[in-house]
Amino acid sequence: MSKITYLSGKEPHAREHRLIFKNIDRQGWDPTIETYMSDGGYDQLKKAIKMQPKEITDEVKKSGLRGRGGAGFPTGVKWGFIPPNNTKPVYLICNCDESEPGTFKDRYIVHQDPHQLIEGMIISAFAVGAHTAYIYMREEFPEAALIVEKAIEEARAKGFIGKNILGTDFDLEIWVHRGAAAYICGEETGLIESLEGKRPYPRIKPPYFPAALGLYMAPTIVNNVESLCHVKHIMEMGSEAYAKLGVDRNTGTRILCVSGDVKNPGYYEVEVGKITMGELLNEVCGGPKEGRSFKAVIPGGSSSKILRCDERFTIGRGDDAKEIGFYDIQMDFDTLAACGSMAGSGGVIVLDDSRKISWVLNNINHFYAHESCGQCTPCREGSTWMKKISDRIVGGTANPEDINTLEEVAYQIDGKTICAFGEASSWPVEAIIAKFRDELTAETSEKNKHLSKEQLQREMFLEQTNSAKTL
Amino acid sequence: MSQEILESQVTTDLTAGNQHFPPFEVTDTLIQEADERIAHYPISKLSAVLPLIHIVQHKHGYVSAEAITWIAEKLEVEPIKVESVVTFYPGFRQSAPGKFHIRVCRTLSCAMAGSYDLMNTLCELANIDKSSTTHESPIAVSPCGNYSVEFAECLASCGSAPVCLINDDFHEHVTCESAEALLSKYTPTSKPSTNS
Repeated sequence: MSKITYLSGKEPHAREHRLIFKNIDRQGWDPTIETYMSDGGYDQLKKAIKMQPKEITDEVKKSGLRGRGGAGFPTGVKWGFIPPNNTKPVYLICNCDESEPGTFKDRYIVHQDPHQLIEGMIISAFAVGAHTAYIYMREEFPEAALIVEKAIEEARAKGFIGKNILGTDFDLEIWVHRGAAAYICGEETGLIESLEGKRPYPRIKPPYFPAALGLYMAPTIVNNVESLCHVKHIMEMGSEAYAKLGVDRNTGTRILCVSGDVKNPGYYEVEVGKITMGELLNEVCGGPKEGRSFKAVIPGGSSSKILRCDERFTIGRGDDAKEIGFYDIQMDFDTLAACGSMAGSGGVIVLDDSRKISWVLNNINHFYAHESCGQCTPCREGSTWMKKISDRIVGGTANPEDINTLEEVAYQIDGKTICAFGEASSWPVEAIIAKFRDELTAETSEKNKHLSKEQLQREMFLEQTNSAKTL
Repeated sequence: MSQEILESQVTTDLTAGNQHFPPFEVTDTLIQEADERIAHYPISKLSAVLPLIHIVQHKHGYVSAEAITWIAEKLEVEPIKVESVVTFYPGFRQSAPGKFHIRVCRTLSCAMAGSYDLMNTLCELANIDKSSTTHESPIAVSPCGNYSVEFAECLASCGSAPVCLINDDFHEHVTCESAEALLSKYTPTSKPSTNS
């Protein structure tokens, strides 16, 4: 294909470095295999299939690729956890349940460039020795399910999927499995339960680490869409060149999804850590909306801890320790972790000074109360309690003591559940209370303390009836 | 035993939307589609439960007790296993939605961009009274049965908020102002894209 140009108005920003999103919004691009192959598509598969599987895993390890789904765990290391003496079949699962609020990157890959994902998956399946792979696609992507299924058929017709791929003795089947609108299916063991046809209650780890005891109790590798796409690019560039992108221990590129109160929300693929929060928000996203100023940012999907724009952080240890401001935060896994939050799934939600923090907190609490799978008591009960308390704050019937109760409930969930949903639901509450306690307290009133149980119930009932009408 | 539990728990309320969906029946096409999906899971047939429910809901609008019983027989499991899945996932319905089912994202970025107002506007335009919706029954259907609304959790397009799904069609940057024009594309006489 000729020089890459992009659709008018959708050109990448000058600060971007596009690998995964190279073909997104590209002029003349479509999701067919012909278009993909005319641009060097499946060349990396042809190369990889002549290598030893272990060589590929080593390349991925050396590249330093860290999982793009949220936890940031090194992908190659995850692959290496398959027991060496394993005799069971191995499964590869692509996690396309993209459902962390604030994240919208996988959507574009599966809609516009499905073959990139499929090529990444075939290479990865070959590396881990999987002969069956599933793409767990969230239910809310009905069009993408059709696009990817069509792409799989195209790849099968070309001999990239099926028996004896490219004349080797490697066989692989890939199937699309649609979810049914449950956030918990993004958790890898919940996803596996869902794929087994059960309620997606996450499994306890240990012993159920998917790489050892996953789908049908066989070794299973679950990787995010973006991570699997990176595998293709690691093959193309070589691990050494790939590892030069980004910063130390945070290699490659990643897609930052910016939404909320900025002039230009959208997706931006940048070298990991080569851009600061200030550059991202002010330079790339055009700064705050007219007449507004930034108040706070949720940096890695709604479960990551909120950061105030006037905060200062001490990062590094010993002699390397230094103090940085909010706008100086490098957008990589380690720096955001050092600032007490996380890079998560790359979903950056920006709040400006027009937003009441109680309203934001309440919206987030409603999400987690709705999505708790209900397996562990602290999370099932706690997420609903947190929602009820923030309903009271927003509804004006909370007393100052409620803030402490809310905080206590959050810490009773954190670390006490089978899966990380407990942290996902309690971290936003903990961080918002820690950083905006005064603002929340200002919305409560001592006089609400003296509301009788009946009065409180009446107020709550009226509030709920009203909100039910307006919702 | 489980059949009794099933019967007492599956409550399908007739809605105005029922007129737009054919009642559940086992056809050759259904069997063929189901067998094709089951073949994707050689280790355990139960894995095909989600795909089978999707096929049924897609055609019949919701998952009825008869459908659950049929799926259970097809997968050689107790009906309660299918029932437990249907009742867990927010994506599965046990009563008919409207001919055009509108799912508006209510999560943070869309809410900040005005999706609650958008929901109110859509309800007004479609003459839907949403006041009786609850966590257990989140869907409200218009009296004519053409439209229904439901709040969805994050539809993963926060950068183009507010967004909504109408059946299988995805719409971005839907504002209160553009809602009427959008809805006018889905008139009682237009063919539904599909309804998953």
